[in-house]
Amino acid sequence: MLNIQNLHAKIGGKEILKGLNLSVNAGEVHAIMGPNGSGKSTLANVLAGRDGCDVSKGTVTYDGQDLLKLTPEERAWAGLFLAFQYPVEIPGVNNVYLLKAAVNAVRKYRGEAELDAVEFLALIKKKMKIVKMQEELLNRSVNEGFSGGEKKRNEIFQMSILEPKLAILDETDSGLDIDALKIVAEGVNSLCNEARSIILVTHYQRLLDYIKPDHVHVLSGGKIIKSGGSDLALELEKKGYDWIKEEVA
Amino acid sequence: MTMTNHTDNVADLVRKEYEHGFFTDIETDTVAPGLSEATIALISKKKEEPTWLLEWRLKAYRHWLTMADPNWTQLNIDPIDYQAISYYSAPKSKDDKLKSIDEVDPKLLETYEKLGIPLQEQMILAGVAVDAVFDSVSVATTFKEKLADAGVIFCSFSEAVKEHPALVKKYLGSVVPAADNFFAALNSAVFTDGSFVYIPKGVRCPMELSTYFRINASNTGQFERTLIIADEASHVSYLEGCTAPMRDENQLHAAVVELVALTDAQIKYATVQNWYPGDENGVGGIYNFVTKRGDCRGDNAKISWTQVETGSAITWKYPSCILKGDNTVGEFYSVAVTNNYQQADTGTKMIHIGKNTRSTIISKGISARHAQQSYRGLVKISKNADNARNHTQCDSLLMGDQCGAHTFPYIEAKNSTATVEHEATTAKISEEQLFYCRQRGIKEEDAINMIVNGFCREVFKELPMEFAVEAQKLLGVTLEGAVG
Repeated sequence: MLNIQNLHAKIGGKEILKGLNLSVNAGEVHAIMGPNGSGKSTLANVLAGRDGCDVSKGTVTYDGQDLLKLTPEERAWAGLFLAFQYPVEIPGVNNVYLLKAAVNAVRKYRGEAELDAVEFLALIKKKMKIVKMQEELLNRSVNEGFSGGEKKRNEIFQMSILEPKLAILDETDSGLDIDALKIVAEGVNSLCNEARSIILVTHYQRLLDYIKPDHVHVLSGGKIIKSGGSDLALELEKKGYDWIKEEVA
Repeated sequence: MTMTNHTDNVADLVRKEYEHGFFTDIETDTVAPGLSEATIALISKKKEEPTWLLEWRLKAYRHWLTMADPNWTQLNIDPIDYQAISYYSAPKSKDDKLKSIDEVDPKLLETYEKLGIPLQEQMILAGVAVDAVFDSVSVATTFKEKLADAGVIFCSFSEAVKEHPALVKKYLGSVVPAADNFFAALNSAVFTDGSFVYIPKGVRCPMELSTYFRINASNTGQFERTLIIADEASHVSYLEGCTAPMRDENQLHAAVVELVALTDAQIKYATVQNWYPGDENGVGGIYNFVTKRGDCRGDNAKISWTQVETGSAITWKYPSCILKGDNTVGEFYSVAVTNNYQQADTGTKMIHIGKNTRSTIISKGISARHAQQSYRGLVKISKNADNARNHTQCDSLLMGDQCGAHTFPYIEAKNSTATVEHEATTAKISEEQLFYCRQRGIKEEDAINMIVNGFCREVFKELPMEFAVEAQKLLGVTLEGAVG
């Protein structure tokens, strides 16, 4: 599904990723953990194609294609989804309207007929239950005046509607209280299946109490320095990150 | 549709027209260029006007001669040679028109396509000679009958002068005096036609009054004059404009619109203005210098202006409300878009005279590339305007780093019980917003469209449904490729 080889990336001339390797198969859930400033969000942004993240070396293959050659929207059409760490507010643009435009852009790319308003509303009704999305958020402007938890839930709701092949969740747990965390985690779990891969980027282990990853990777200094199973996360929680750095050094 | 290899672009087409200048051929019922009392007398005679109107025109002209071009705006205006303009021209004869749609610039046609304009209308807009009688003519006739049943008068200004001289005499210049400003004085001297509306007492006009069509010959004049009178407790909604870019050989447009709302009457006036803005280097384009003013003459009257201004090289207009009666309400909702080298200096004036008068101003300005735009507004609270209230909100959206947005709010409050609020914001379409939309699969161009329309939503919701949809499309076409 996704294969990253020796990835180097700079932001504003400063090298953040320094030779990262990662391979994700269909249906797997990977957690990327690491201390602040280790390059977790940069990785998420490079994969989504954000301007200002300059890849200087390495390759990223996604679904058999050279991912780095695609524009952000082409990546979205190909089934890549990024749940943003800080979802942006877009005043005056209705939440449902944005989502309908997104769904139909993807469908158009796939050669499928665009959904009309009635079909789209039916889809929304169905998905709302899965992620326990409040109805009143639907018709507000995109993320405007949403609480932190509501913004994150909106991201997961969008993910459920867009049904990506590869979802990257960038610190989706940050800023959530425990109830919101549970709702978001349940939403993510309900979207796991054998065709969909998920990359969870997180600082804390607590999200992994609710979403069980198949693989856990520790990112530090722009590289993955250790990989393991879900027990690695628990160990990190107990001991912090320093022991790995020492072990690796 | 057949597209030929006709390669002229819009700019060439329009420029060519300008190079040829204005008609001098007297035989074709066109007055030679130049402005004098004789020219005005000739216009008045051709229109078979009563003496009082000629006198009125001449008075305006004599005053105009004492005035100077206004220079207080934030606009760069090349000097206008008023003696080079022909002030009277009969409707274009077929010989002047293009012979077929193949002669029309493909770029212009492309824009019509994007706006979803039917082929026949495209031909009219582009100035192609059309023989066929349109459906709209019969539609118009049906409308006229329905309006006549309700007692509504809706006709051309010339017709009103002939058929309803008393009304015209009573109200003409009563809101915008002939000597009001440079361009209003010029218009008063030389106006040729426009629209006239009278809604009788207690009548709610049975339909939105508009140019049934996207264009209407009498409404595309260079110096048009519109007068709308809503008698006591009547309601009317009037739509003016054109969402399609128009081929037009006149560079200067100086129109005057006067609205009179008597006791308990309501007037809603909406404009979509999309005159030719000039090419991407700022060559050509229409100067749109308009004086629009409404007078809430009786108690509880309400006047609401909504405008979407996307065209013209230079726009200079301040649709205003005089809140004379007690409890009267004035509203101004505006979206102004300037791209390339377009300039706009627009806003409103709310003059609070009566007690408990209220006004709302919502202005949304969007500038892209090298465009400059100013909001200029006056809120004046007179001595006797107890408990007057105003709320003003001016938001500017910048696209690119070479455009500019300026806000000039003037507030004069002479009554201590008044409440005046002013809010202003300036924002850019952020990279964050664009990336978010693109990550969701929405193309950059569509994303910009969506964000800009979101920015304008408060104004668009004041437009009638069909107009709002067209206005949204128009915004997209106007700003095409403005970011990136």
